[in-house]
Amino acid sequence: MAPKLPPHHPVEQSTASAAGGQASAHHAPPRGLLRWLLTTNHKEIGSLYLIFSLIMFFIGGIFALVVRAELFQPGLQLVNPEFFNQMTTMHGLIMVFAAVMPAFTGLANWMIPLQIGAPDMALPRLNNFSFWLLPVAFLLLLSTLLMPGGGPNFGWTFYAPLSTTYAPPSTTFFILSLHIAGISSILGAINIVATILNMRAPGMRMMDMPLFVWTWLITAFLLIAVMPVLAGVITMMLMDINFGTSFFNAAGGGDPVLFQHLFWFFGHPEVYIMILPAFGIVSAIIPTFARKRLFGYASMVYATASIAILSFLVWAHHMFVVGLPLVAELFFMYTTMLIAVPTGVKVFNWITTLFRGSITFEPPMLFALAFVVLFTIGGFSGLMLAIAPADFQYHDTYFVVAHFHYVLVPGAVFAIMAGVYYWLPKWTGHYPNVKLAQWHFWLSVIGVNLTFFPMHFSGLAGMPRRIPDYALQFADFNLVSSLGAFMFGASQLVFVAVVILCVRGGEKAPAKAWEGAEDLEWSVPSPAPLHTFETPPTFQRHEH
Amino acid sequence: MSDSTREDSQRYPGVRRTVVRTVAALVGMFAFAFALVPLYDVFCEVTGINGKTRGSAQALIHEEVDESRMVTVQFITRSGSGLPWNLDVETRQVRVHPGQSAEVNFAFHNRSDSGSWGRAVPSVSPSSAAPHLRKMTCFCFEEQHLTAGERLELPLVFQVARDLPSDVNTLTLVYTLYPVTRDKAPLQARATAGKGDEA
Repeated sequence: MAPKLPPHHPVEQSTASAAGGQASAHHAPPRGLLRWLLTTNHKEIGSLYLIFSLIMFFIGGIFALVVRAELFQPGLQLVNPEFFNQMTTMHGLIMVFAAVMPAFTGLANWMIPLQIGAPDMALPRLNNFSFWLLPVAFLLLLSTLLMPGGGPNFGWTFYAPLSTTYAPPSTTFFILSLHIAGISSILGAINIVATILNMRAPGMRMMDMPLFVWTWLITAFLLIAVMPVLAGVITMMLMDINFGTSFFNAAGGGDPVLFQHLFWFFGHPEVYIMILPAFGIVSAIIPTFARKRLFGYASMVYATASIAILSFLVWAHHMFVVGLPLVAELFFMYTTMLIAVPTGVKVFNWITTLFRGSITFEPPMLFALAFVVLFTIGGFSGLMLAIAPADFQYHDTYFVVAHFHYVLVPGAVFAIMAGVYYWLPKWTGHYPNVKLAQWHFWLSVIGVNLTFFPMHFSGLAGMPRRIPDYALQFADFNLVSSLGAFMFGASQLVFVAVVILCVRGGEKAPAKAWEGAEDLEWSVPSPAPLHTFETPPTFQRHEH
Repeated sequence: MSDSTREDSQRYPGVRRTVVRTVAALVGMFAFAFALVPLYDVFCEVTGINGKTRGSAQALIHEEVDESRMVTVQFITRSGSGLPWNLDVETRQVRVHPGQSAEVNFAFHNRSDSGSWGRAVPSVSPSSAAPHLRKMTCFCFEEQHLTAGERLELPLVFQVARDLPSDVNTLTLVYTLYPVTRDKAPLQARATAGKGDEA
């Protein structure tokens, strides 16, 4: 994900270049580290986001492998339960907030201006700020592991009172880091909305925008709506811990269940924040390699919007066992199942796009096709979990773990990788190495299924989540899961190799790197020069 | 750095408006998150879901006692949560007619050798019955202070209203003891702790 950037345009008057951000018009960009620290260029910031996310993907992955190594066989072997809890928690937090979300923001930074024919993001300096908040936030979060009492150990959902009354002392730092990460996401979202709404090429209507842009616009609105709620929840936690309030403390008249309501009011839209941009990427890749227009463009847009709206009405399906009244169980069960309708529309449209297409299997297409199949499996187990009475059995078992990993790993993560393979020629000017990319794909797809498919069975058989030890009858399933996890983890090193090789060289890519690609980004040279569309392009409408 | 922001804001006048609106939405949602806290309580109180009963005394409604129907009211007490108290109830369950009022005594006992503040927090199950359980007197409306080793008997006077849904035959009322840490509490506790030694 680390494209070598083309050199800046040589500019005259290049004296005192790095003189502490005294931005005078048209001076030469600073070199070295300062160039990256001070950059306001959407492509450079996009690359920073992607590199950051890749590093965090590996850190979160190592945490997951600690968990899987401990679960390789029953009994306590490698780590003590306290540390195990910190690992499951940190794995979740890092993957959600530091790997998947920044990866999508990075893709948005790179591709949205190119896809709508804008010269940059609407607020370039804010863009720089929202990126640099992230390393601060996650260094702080990771540092809690070294603090007395350890890091967060209450699961990524940080339910009160586990995260307030019974939390380690480092929880205040966890809250601060989440606040900073949240501000970063919010600023990123404002920037994306401002860019998309105001900076489209002349003649490009909303319904002409590529679907990646559409899905990101809707995602940005979700972020603006729910990240403040997360900020509110963690602020209440902060006050409960440090200032003697009782928002979530029954002793003072508060209610721990209120925490869960507030958290999932944020949390459910959050899971769509992590998947809607993936829908956009796949909707760009499948038509390209099926050499057909996307089937049902308008229905894709409306389906995305419906999923976003419904996401505000389903939060309590995470809480079926807290003792909701029957009416609420029914309401949330039906609204949750309703989401299957727009999601089904999307899957139908992708398959119909493939139907009678002239399909080739380049690396991005492999990942996109795996996305459609495996995400749908995750969707189906989601439907099973949506059945309130059945959820009483599945709740907090490995079945849930299997479900959300299917939608997040071969879902969101595969879509990000598909996007990276798809746009690498545009970023670097070179095609990624096909043989290595195929190795990466097949190892990943086998690894991911070996890891997560057995979890359906161990979960249905009753294995609970978030435990370092388990009953003997789950040993075989866990052994397979652990082997698969190490295979998946190792195969990501191939991905890094592909990206590095692609940055350094490889088969040269033309401006239109893929034969069937139609969007505006393919009209600029490969690699994309640092400044593009300084004069707006003329947008040619084609029928969707 | 470049001055592209300035250029862009001239080239794209809509950006400013979008930013103002999104920031307004952000502030609104942040406030909404906090507004949800009282709204949640109001919602729970109005609908009676979550098993929450009123936090203050309600008047006895004089209605004809429904002799044809018997309702079992069970009491469960739970200590723990770091408060060295016992809470016991004189009877585990009573059978009442809807409309009839009843009195049950609860015994608090501080097992430790220092005084402390505590509070019993009620919850009713099934939650659909919560609005129909009316309390005239309850120790749960306020916090209690017990000196070292002190025993205290406090009454609960309640009435099951006649409009209790017909499918409810058994009501369970749970009291959970929680410690109260108040700025004032330690001062008063210390003042009485000296006398408590005799007990």
